[in-house]
Amino acid sequence: MATRLPAKDVVLVGFGLTSSMLAQELTSAGLQVLALERGGFRDTVPDFAVDHIQDEYRYAVRDDLVEEPERETLTFRNSADQVALPMRHIGSFRPAVGAGGAAVHWNGQTWRFLPTDFRMRSHTLERYGAKFIPEGMTIQDWPVSYDELEPHYDKFEYLCGISGQAGNVGGKLIDGGNPFEGARRRGYPLPPLKRSHATVLFDKAAKELGLKPFPCPAANTSKPYKNIYGVQMGQCTFCGYCEWFGCGNYSKASPQTTIFPVLLKKPNFELRTHCNVLRVKLDGSGKRATGVTYVDEMGREFEQPAELVILCAYITHNVHLLLLSGIGKPYDPSRGEGVVGRNYAYQITSSVDVFTNEILNPFMGAGSLGQAVDEFNGDNFDHARHGFIGGGYIALWTTGGRPILQHQLPEDAPSWGAGWKRSMKENYLKSCSIATHGSVMSYRDAWLDLDPTYHSSYGDPLLRLTFDFHDNEHRMSNFLTDRAADIAKAMKPRSMHVKQRKGHYSIVPYQTTHNTGGAIMGSDPKTSALNRYLQSWDVPNVFVMGACAFPQNHGYNPTGTVGALTYWAADAIINQYLKQPGPLVHA
Amino acid sequence: MERRAFLKTITLVPAVAAAPLTPIENPAAPGPAYLNASERAFIDAALARLIPNDDLGPGAKEAGVGDFIDRQLGGPYGRAQTWYMQGPWREGTEEQGYQLKLAPAEFYRTAIADIDEYCKRQYGGKGFAGLDGATQDKVLHGLEKAEIHLARAPAKQFFDMLWQNTREGFLADPMYGGNRDFAGWKLIGFPGPRYNYVAEIGEYGKPYREPPVGVMGRDPKRRLT
Repeated sequence: MATRLPAKDVVLVGFGLTSSMLAQELTSAGLQVLALERGGFRDTVPDFAVDHIQDEYRYAVRDDLVEEPERETLTFRNSADQVALPMRHIGSFRPAVGAGGAAVHWNGQTWRFLPTDFRMRSHTLERYGAKFIPEGMTIQDWPVSYDELEPHYDKFEYLCGISGQAGNVGGKLIDGGNPFEGARRRGYPLPPLKRSHATVLFDKAAKELGLKPFPCPAANTSKPYKNIYGVQMGQCTFCGYCEWFGCGNYSKASPQTTIFPVLLKKPNFELRTHCNVLRVKLDGSGKRATGVTYVDEMGREFEQPAELVILCAYITHNVHLLLLSGIGKPYDPSRGEGVVGRNYAYQITSSVDVFTNEILNPFMGAGSLGQAVDEFNGDNFDHARHGFIGGGYIALWTTGGRPILQHQLPEDAPSWGAGWKRSMKENYLKSCSIATHGSVMSYRDAWLDLDPTYHSSYGDPLLRLTFDFHDNEHRMSNFLTDRAADIAKAMKPRSMHVKQRKGHYSIVPYQTTHNTGGAIMGSDPKTSALNRYLQSWDVPNVFVMGACAFPQNHGYNPTGTVGALTYWAADAIINQYLKQPGPLVHA
Repeated sequence: MERRAFLKTITLVPAVAAAPLTPIENPAAPGPAYLNASERAFIDAALARLIPNDDLGPGAKEAGVGDFIDRQLGGPYGRAQTWYMQGPWREGTEEQGYQLKLAPAEFYRTAIADIDEYCKRQYGGKGFAGLDGATQDKVLHGLEKAEIHLARAPAKQFFDMLWQNTREGFLADPMYGGNRDFAGWKLIGFPGPRYNYVAEIGEYGKPYREPPVGVMGRDPKRRLT
């Protein structure tokens, strides 16, 4: 039997990025806040100290900071006619476990979505007409506009200490920045990072083609920085160990480097680690959450009452918890009805490897050190003659030159043996890679539900993912890859290797941890699980954070928008909900 | 230590940041962790073909990748400790990934036995390790292309795992037993996990001259126990 604990004002499920941000804001509003984290506590020192963190094998290959599928994984299939099988080890995406969540091991690539992205369906209909949207594609408008989110994007960038070059301040275009970005109220808090040799070559080539390259916005500090909560960060040293590693240098934005030093001192905040939430508990009416139940590391079960329950876990876990708890109607693809699990999407990526004559020293890098072009993102170009929807940025990142996973070899290099060895010697220091980062639309046949066969070690059915790339995404990605190849050619390389994304989506090779949808926000409770404030339509004292709210996925890394949405929701909770608890939007 | 004080210390000693707080020294080669003598003979023979010893420098065998693989198979990876290993078991599509009931260590054992049996049948009673180099290459290519069918183990899947683990051992920090004397890193020009390139990152086209350093420092014999 579960032990019933004293009530809290707010319980946060998970203690990653969105949870830490909300905890900081809601405790400042005077609430008693408890965060329940299934993993352990982690801090810069000792957990990410440079005496051990720069270990590619332990962290990048054997996944030491990311979630272990052992107790709970998901099952996967490409289509409804297949039997879904468990993802037995980490592959295509890497959610985290432990305090700080995936914002510990991310690269720090922090973008805003385009203003038209938020009007995806309306904008497409207006510019291209209804026939342009293929059968089965279920794209929707966001229930929030770019202008509404802008102050929250700004706040998130000043939380993280983003290094970058603004391209549009208050409608005035600025040379050297991204001319396609939505208007921002002010520039980034820090100037761009120093450039690597490879990004300089990319920049020159892109300009020769008439494109407007700009430095990628980076949650890696180009200078020492004191953030909005008074937390001090140090300057990035380009050690080349961002993604899959914690930053030992206080230079990459994470809850540890931006929020913990102030939050953890607050008397009205409590963190409990090794507590795995199994259910959101509802009252008899099913319209109100009374709290959560969780299991601790000893296997003991607890009931934690709370006035407000906010799901801040990774998207797959948030959706899983909604399904297990009976919050919102599960999505049924055969009828196209129901909302929980609907509109799952992802990211489609490809690359062009570039082999140069000059030494590039790829190991001197940072997770968001890159130069990009945005001409082919969103609706920044006329899609009429292409016949597909969506786009993405093309960037040359110098994230590091970690030898096991970050070496490139020419297409004709032998796969092993003496020829492989020679090719490694000849190419490691003289190669770089141009990446494309494409949007993925939502479709009727891409969704999340509960698996009928496989169970977690807690006895619950696993989450089931049914997903494949569609023709629209392949054509869009091939178009982006061709444009990346144009830039690669203009870099006048020794040789290049074009790597299109072909065939079915596979759960095996790492692609991105940019899973989206499943509990999307919208203006109609028939086609969305959450309203415009990330509040459950069905259970108004439950809010859900994260990229599960995205109606489809756009051509940028999601974290900037996840951060902006979190501050947007925090503002609504504090300034609207607390004054009058109940639904913030009446459908 | 206060954060600011810590920052100051690490900024002052950039290149030796890899010095461990609690060094564990174990210069002697460890005993076998998992593989028996004939399995180890197979691994060493395969490593000598996958990354050969030649005029460019030591190969995988000379760089200790056999020790690396043996120790990995004897540890959490070999047991699939963090993997979801509950049934039911069934064959999936390539896109669904690993679906064998065998953890990596058991998979190696099964596949090595199958390959030796195949070789003995095919090549007059000789196991893989007893074959000449050209014949070993032929067998490895046959596994890689799934042209050889083994009694139990899926051939290509095993080849892919062996080749992946070989690269890992050759290029991982030497404290794991492979990449001995920084052989893999010296081959490609990777200077190891250093701390600060603020000055050097702007020196375009200039080779970086500092010698390799590992997580446990410059001494390539330091290993995890």
